[in-house]
Amino acid sequence: MINQLRRSAILAIIPAVLALGLTSFSLPAQAQQQKTLRFIAQADLKILDPITTTAYITRNHGYMVYDTLFAMNSKFEIKPQMVDKFTVSPDKKTYTFTLRDGLMFHDGTPVRSADVIASIDRWSKRDGLGQKLAESTDSWVATNDKTFVLKLKKPFAFVLDALGKPSSNVPFIMPERIAKTDAFTNITDPTGSGPFKMMKDEWVPGSKVIYVKNKEYMPRKEAPSWASGGKVVKVDRVEWLYIPDAATAANAIGNGEADWWEQMPPDLIPLLAKNTSVKVENIDPLGSMGLIRFNFLNPPFNNDKMRRAVAMVVNQQDYVLGIAGNADNGKPCASYFTCGTPLSNNVGSSLLTGKRDFEAAKALIKESGYKGEKIVIISAADQPIVQSQSLLTTELLRKLGLNVELQAGDWGSLITRRTSKEPVDKGGWSIFHTWLVGPDLLNPGVNFALRGNGEKAWFGWPTDQKLETLRDAYFDAPNAAGAKKAAEAVQGRAFEFLPYIPTAQFILPTAYRTNLSGIIVAPMALLWNVEKK
Amino acid sequence: MINNSTMSRVDWSAQISKARLFLTVQLPALYKRYPFAVIGAATLLLMLFIAIFAPFLATADPQAVAPLNRLKPPSWEYWFGTDALGRDVYSRVMYGTRVSLTVGISVAVLSTVIGLAIGLITGFVRWVDAIVMRIMDGLMSIPSILLAIALMALTKASIENVIIAITIAEVPRVVRLVRSLVLGLREQPYVEAAAASGTPLLKTLLRHILPNIAAPLLVQATYICASAMITEAILSFIGAGTPPNIPSWGNIMAESRSLFQIAGYLILFPSIFLSATVLAVNYLGDGLRDALDPRLSRRM
Amino acid sequence: MLSYIVRRLGATVVVMAVVAFVVFSLLYLTPGDPAAVIAGDVATSEDIARIRQSLGLDQPFLVRFGSWVWALLHGDMGTSIFNSLPVSKLIGQRVEPTLSLTICTLIVAILTSVPLGAIAAARAESKLDHAIMGFSVLGFSIPVFVLAYLLILLFSLQLHWLPVQGYRPISEGIWPWFLHLILPSLALGTVYAALIARITRASILDVLSQDYIRTAQAKGLKESDIMIHHALKNAAVPIITIIGIGIGLLISGAVVTETVFAIPGIGRLTVDAILRRDYPIIQGVILIFSATYVMINLFIDLSYVFFDPRIRY
Repeated sequence: MINQLRRSAILAIIPAVLALGLTSFSLPAQAQQQKTLRFIAQADLKILDPITTTAYITRNHGYMVYDTLFAMNSKFEIKPQMVDKFTVSPDKKTYTFTLRDGLMFHDGTPVRSADVIASIDRWSKRDGLGQKLAESTDSWVATNDKTFVLKLKKPFAFVLDALGKPSSNVPFIMPERIAKTDAFTNITDPTGSGPFKMMKDEWVPGSKVIYVKNKEYMPRKEAPSWASGGKVVKVDRVEWLYIPDAATAANAIGNGEADWWEQMPPDLIPLLAKNTSVKVENIDPLGSMGLIRFNFLNPPFNNDKMRRAVAMVVNQQDYVLGIAGNADNGKPCASYFTCGTPLSNNVGSSLLTGKRDFEAAKALIKESGYKGEKIVIISAADQPIVQSQSLLTTELLRKLGLNVELQAGDWGSLITRRTSKEPVDKGGWSIFHTWLVGPDLLNPGVNFALRGNGEKAWFGWPTDQKLETLRDAYFDAPNAAGAKKAAEAVQGRAFEFLPYIPTAQFILPTAYRTNLSGIIVAPMALLWNVEKK
Repeated sequence: MINNSTMSRVDWSAQISKARLFLTVQLPALYKRYPFAVIGAATLLLMLFIAIFAPFLATADPQAVAPLNRLKPPSWEYWFGTDALGRDVYSRVMYGTRVSLTVGISVAVLSTVIGLAIGLITGFVRWVDAIVMRIMDGLMSIPSILLAIALMALTKASIENVIIAITIAEVPRVVRLVRSLVLGLREQPYVEAAAASGTPLLKTLLRHILPNIAAPLLVQATYICASAMITEAILSFIGAGTPPNIPSWGNIMAESRSLFQIAGYLILFPSIFLSATVLAVNYLGDGLRDALDPRLSRRM
Repeated sequence: MLSYIVRRLGATVVVMAVVAFVVFSLLYLTPGDPAAVIAGDVATSEDIARIRQSLGLDQPFLVRFGSWVWALLHGDMGTSIFNSLPVSKLIGQRVEPTLSLTICTLIVAILTSVPLGAIAAARAESKLDHAIMGFSVLGFSIPVFVLAYLLILLFSLQLHWLPVQGYRPISEGIWPWFLHLILPSLALGTVYAALIARITRASILDVLSQDYIRTAQAKGLKESDIMIHHALKNAAVPIITIIGIGIGLLISGAVVTETVFAIPGIGRLTVDAILRRDYPIIQGVILIFSATYVMINLFIDLSYVFFDPRIRY
């Protein structure tokens, strides 16, 4: 009986399947005139709010849908973007800004001074440089819808640097109604005035994000340079794909199932090297830097001799290879500021660049009075760059004869565990590793890991008054030469105090199909100006 | 004259003859009847040997990193090549045998013992049955991944957490099996007779029930062992497996997975060991099943 | 029969309640809350505390559990802590890919393994039998991701027959939908097929040794007729049981398959949510998992009646 049922069922289904199959065969002709750029993003876009989080993927999303008052170009100069013209009073305490014509939000409303002021206000509640600006600010006043004035209590040399900050947190301009959200609560409405609009209804979190060209956007006339200049969108639609498996992403690009892969592991370059339809390049001029961060509250690294002993044996070359795989994609960088930028220097670098001396390090450990206290390195198994650094450091400490244990969880547990100020046996930690992008390490103003403000500092809570004083000196520097000297002084102290140890500078290459052109060379992925044939 | 030394010599020669009998007569006979099971057992013994003698078989410290030597293909110096941090893959695979076997055997033993206990109770105590079976249903619907990650986050990545997570996932299956067997056995005349004559429950369990379910349980245990080893690899793939610096076949593969087209040997060798062991365990289980009770083929 | 169904449904509710409580407690105890993830790398402890407060995560356990259950009873599964989209919408987006993958996998697995197992049983102890069983055990001993990579290597990269990754909704055409599902179903289905083939063989062997089969053979019925009309139907009960148990296997293997082939299924949704501690999603998915799992088991138990008239509830 079943047999008969089965037979008749199959007989009924076959023509149906054939019919459907034949009709759909005509569809793949894809009579789409519109050009779609399929971009494999570096991570999954989880949060839409570039102010509550510093995650780089959210920052990139911000660059798609928002615009900024100023922006940095490839020469590290701050150029006006949304601002048409601005003047600074002779006493440097009053800045007057006028917005460009024709700036509109995606919901059709024009961009007004009130929107700008509310956005800056919200941003400065979270961002370090913004907080510094706020400290010196007396008031922001909107003269009219296009003009607004910043009155300072005392001159602050970094007003434009703050407003044109390239990386997390970027002072994106949002509509006033959205910017009025509490600075610790995520916004949910991605309305901005940027060159793309996000299609929120088509968003599948964990899989893809869809943007379309903002046809009402008025780009500047200049050529694009980093995030400054004209943002001319040359495609109709952008699909941000999230492909969690690196090998699959490489194969997808190679097979033509995607157009541009933002960051690829350098080890996979050979996979695509022979593929004539794919180009692999290092378009990130600044790269990123890995670091070893100590916990200053727990022994043994509350003792600067112990930290120094570790620095004496860290071999940056090992970390370059461990993170980047080869010399093409990484190099040692014994500076607290991104190598290749104006403020990076060599003061104090010999600690990391000199000959590695295990004997001297062991002697220093003895001198410090190390009694065998347990060292816990927390790591994240789902973050390869964090993981490889952790494994290298664990081995290093073992070679020094220290009592070290590697405890690997996932990134979620790492960033929670590092908030713990408890001793190691109560769930605390001694060392963690992470990495920061070049723009976040340009100078003492933005490098938040370089501070010594104890309780208020980044995880690890180093306390060093000297470091703080030298940092303040940087802000008071009268000109570029003075800034450079101040930065050198900061670094000199940093190599004595060791708030963290920089491990390596690395660049994650990008891969794109050869039918793309116009990709902007910048430290972040910018999707305007890209053309697809 | 028969004295102690003569007796001990007789003893000893008896032992040798027993061994010779085994090797020359019984083993080949076994092999003829159950060839795959014998091969499976031999493979398993080989793996046990590797696990125990790993420090002598390895050619390098499995955790020693040497970034300059990263991603070298197999050669005379590095028999299985080196991984992304320059660690010797051969030595890691040797040591990895320990972890993988530990996980497999521990999970098999733990889940069988716990499942047996629960299953026996539910089989005999009616009101417990309904509640426990629904709890088992519930347990089965919580993915072992969640348990594994939660345990890992609560403390840290460790072998113990992996064992616990997989065991909890396997226990309901054992309980189901034991329960169905017990339910069947309960109706048997000799069990009813024992109950009628007032035999205490414990005695009934030990004397009548246990021997009859030992065989299918043993077979099931071998399958669980095999499955646990594979699951460990999958958990490592997701990032909730054994700690990264301590090698296991699963995490050697998982760490290097994106490199399978560039340095395929990183996945090939641990995979061969893993598959061979799982195959061996499976064949052993099949052989045991066939040998102990041909009727078992029905139920398994 | 009806009362049996009602009783089982009642038990289902109890099970789901227990599961919900256990999972909620597990998440509560697990360190690593979403506030730290949201805050990002640069945050300070103060920032995280403020965010935690605004999310209501500093409230006591029972208050949080209570409010979740209350919302649930009103049909509201809550919203994601990260992207603020409703959990029901997030799960809804994943239903089609997951169902597609599961159904294709089941079809691939059952269509290959049941006939193979039957043939192996018909030719028991022969070379063919050993070969089939050998292959099935092999399928079970290779981890899913290794199999997936091998399939991609062969069919996508060497032969260029199939795409490497991705999922195409049916609305974009049956053919692309199907093409994108072939490799994932093969990878996942192989493991599943191995299990089913063994059980099929064992179960049919058992049936074939029965008297009524000998009668049928004596009557002169064709072997294939015997197999299809008598053996399979009577062997169905254990086969269906193992299919039910195997669905659990499917779920864990599905996560790997979804990761390697970039299919936006529920498996990946769950793992991603777990890794970033997005509680509402985790709770919602587990609830749906347990309901589905229990329903499937109920359905299977009921189907026994169809296959074996001796079974009555």
